[in-house]
Amino acid sequence: MSSAVMDKAEAEAKQPASHLITATFRIRRFNPEVSEEASWEDFQLEIDPKERVLDALHQIKWEIDGTLTFRRSCAHGICGSDAMRINGRNRLACKTLIKDLNPDQPITVEAIKGLTLLKDLVVDMEPFFQAYRDVMPFLVTSGNEPTRERLQSAEDRERFDDTTKCILCAACTSSCPVFWNDGQYFGPAAIVNAHRFIFDSRDEAGEQRLEILNDKDGVWRCRTVFNCTEACPRGIEVTKAIQEVKRALITRRF
Amino acid sequence: MKIHKYDTIIVGAGGAGMRAAIESSKNSRTAVLTKLYPTRSHTGAAQGGMAAALANVEEDNWEWHTFDTIKGGDYLVDQDAAEILAKEAIDSVLDLEKMGLPFNRTPDGTIDQRRFGGHSRNHGEAPVRRSCYAADRTGHMILQTLYQNCVKQGVEFYNEFYVLDLLLTEKDGVRRTAGVVAYDLASGEIQVFRAKSVVFASGGNGKFFKVSSNAHTLTGDGQAAALRRGLPLEDMEFFQFHPTGIWKMGILLTEGARGEGGILRNRDGERFMETYAPVMKDLASRDVVSRAIYTEIREGRGCGADKDHVFLDLTHLPPEQLDAKLPDITEFARTYLGIEPYTDPIPIQPTAHYAMGGIPTNVEGEVLSDNTTPVPGLYAAGEVACVSVHGANRLGTNSLLDINVFGRRAGIAAAEYAGGAEFVELPEDPTRFVEDEVENLRDATGTERVVDIRRALQQTMDKNVMVFRSEQTLKEAVEQIGDLRKRYKNISVQDKGKRFNTDLLEALELGNLLDLAEVTAVSALARKESRGGHYREDFPDRDDVNFMRHTMAFREVGDDGTESIRLDYKPVVQTRYQPMERKY
Repeated sequence: MSSAVMDKAEAEAKQPASHLITATFRIRRFNPEVSEEASWEDFQLEIDPKERVLDALHQIKWEIDGTLTFRRSCAHGICGSDAMRINGRNRLACKTLIKDLNPDQPITVEAIKGLTLLKDLVVDMEPFFQAYRDVMPFLVTSGNEPTRERLQSAEDRERFDDTTKCILCAACTSSCPVFWNDGQYFGPAAIVNAHRFIFDSRDEAGEQRLEILNDKDGVWRCRTVFNCTEACPRGIEVTKAIQEVKRALITRRF
Repeated sequence: MKIHKYDTIIVGAGGAGMRAAIESSKNSRTAVLTKLYPTRSHTGAAQGGMAAALANVEEDNWEWHTFDTIKGGDYLVDQDAAEILAKEAIDSVLDLEKMGLPFNRTPDGTIDQRRFGGHSRNHGEAPVRRSCYAADRTGHMILQTLYQNCVKQGVEFYNEFYVLDLLLTEKDGVRRTAGVVAYDLASGEIQVFRAKSVVFASGGNGKFFKVSSNAHTLTGDGQAAALRRGLPLEDMEFFQFHPTGIWKMGILLTEGARGEGGILRNRDGERFMETYAPVMKDLASRDVVSRAIYTEIREGRGCGADKDHVFLDLTHLPPEQLDAKLPDITEFARTYLGIEPYTDPIPIQPTAHYAMGGIPTNVEGEVLSDNTTPVPGLYAAGEVACVSVHGANRLGTNSLLDINVFGRRAGIAAAEYAGGAEFVELPEDPTRFVEDEVENLRDATGTERVVDIRRALQQTMDKNVMVFRSEQTLKEAVEQIGDLRKRYKNISVQDKGKRFNTDLLEALELGNLLDLAEVTAVSALARKESRGGHYREDFPDRDDVNFMRHTMAFREVGDDGTESIRLDYKPVVQTRYQPMERKY
């Protein structure tokens, strides 16, 4: 390893331990056991700006108010539990660092939109998963199974790589204005997962999935707003995937 | 009280649970109860791959894989089980491919394979390409693929149902499986699920350490329920510390990074693993590498102002290779550390990763109530279980394999059992234990907080039960855990509501962690030798004469209500491999 690299690493490691800052978290609270009305509540925290928003939520829950309710599990952007609206934009709380949010101003945190609010930052995920299940999100093949693996070229595998990354967090679907207005729309995440199979060279149900998405609540509802692409914490080019499905519907080639 | 009735109940919707459900639901009316939504499980965080001797890219066979697994586990592995694991690995991977899993491909279009720690050609000659992978997202792909196939088969799920108790009813002098009790997080209702067979697949318990790769939700709920019901836990002293967690955070950076050519370096830039493992170097088994890292740190060769970490160096690898093979972990370095892995080495330290121990089962997945006797109708698979295929130290890529091989086996066996069995009567007042627990916590007015006790538990575990242990540290841990258990009785929660009471949930989870931490420390104290992931500074050598045996820990409650851990032992199954000194 070059000494330049060592020096750089050394310098980085010698940076002082982060200083704490005071930040205000303005959280949209809702608990129907207490009140039918949702309301904003401010919490002031002394916190390291390199921490995640999830760390701030934990600090509030563990140290200040145990009733604050949110979902989380892996805490590093893989499980998809903690999508929420942070400063007006859908993100994962565990992948958003406080320093990247302009912590001089109050940081707003609220539940994702378009799904029924159950408590604080928790929404009913069932309609979201139902839309996913409706697009046949599984490999369909016919004929006898081969004894070994099905062959697939690296290029064919690459064709749908982007959409295999989806973690079903709903950040995209709940950022879509069409979905907000009409919950019947399949939404970006379901289309992404249809894309993942439509463009898989091993799959034989592309036509069926396209017919499902040709529905009035299907892919044509997309108005190419790009909110979904911006919201995706996995960096999936969601809008592009939707466009590819639209094109496949017109050309019937995929 | 709502009582559901299914032939088979599966507890947990990670890899093992869903693999079991895919089998059992074909022949048995099955429901999966899961604390999280199915795709949230920590199987999804596994990165590097799944081992199978496909021999797609170079010569390999399952016998070599068997040997590596047994050697990797420092000969505490049950050799009959390891042989099944390695043999069935091949079909397991092929099954997943047929279910749709998008593996990386070779130029020929077959499943690509790469190197991983402890996997070797011909009994240790050199590293071998055995890990079948999908970039550094193999666990994610497995979890998605299994869920997709559950959707295809119409498997029934109860999402956000937290299983808090196992129901066993004595009949003809034998305790048999009657079902489970679950807490519906959304409503706060306690519900009974009667079943002929139950499969526990509820995952690990790594959250009793502070620096941990584990999800917040990995709190050993299945192990703790079994222990409370008088079932043993096997080999709980064996916990794996993964060498490369992100410094201070513990987030996993796959061993695949070293499989792709990444190198560990100390403050002088030295490739120190050459000293500790001349043949396998950075790809020695995880226990060996983790100890090497801490030895470097202890001897003053750690990096940074506090010399408390080392570097994972990927800077010599082409950016295209990092993008194609390790996209997620390089992004973790950028997101959480602000480091560019193309040009900068990544600060790492060992992170608590995997419980080798758990609920003892035989190779059919049947849970054992002692060294040999199965509990009729009860099964376990995955990290919650101890078959034991991992022995004293699990090889990387063998856990994604374990969940598929033994998840499948447990699912088949549970459905078969349900097909020929009658429902067992529920025990009297089946929800009493859970109701008491939940109500006591909700009504409690104690002065102790969950966060303080959990923090203290994690501190003592990190300090005393980590990579280096001794009688002194373990005694300290046992004593402190005992104190924390007393403090836990004086706990209270702020949220008194029914709906989505995660405050209450965390308190229940902490109770489980405390129980399991005690078993871990007590088991470790009694094992006066060093083997695999269990290293005793006061007994630095392996002692096959006295300790070539599995620990079986039981919880006992005396007439006066005092609780204690009783340790028993079980012989290791040895078939064709004689224990040898382990060198990499």
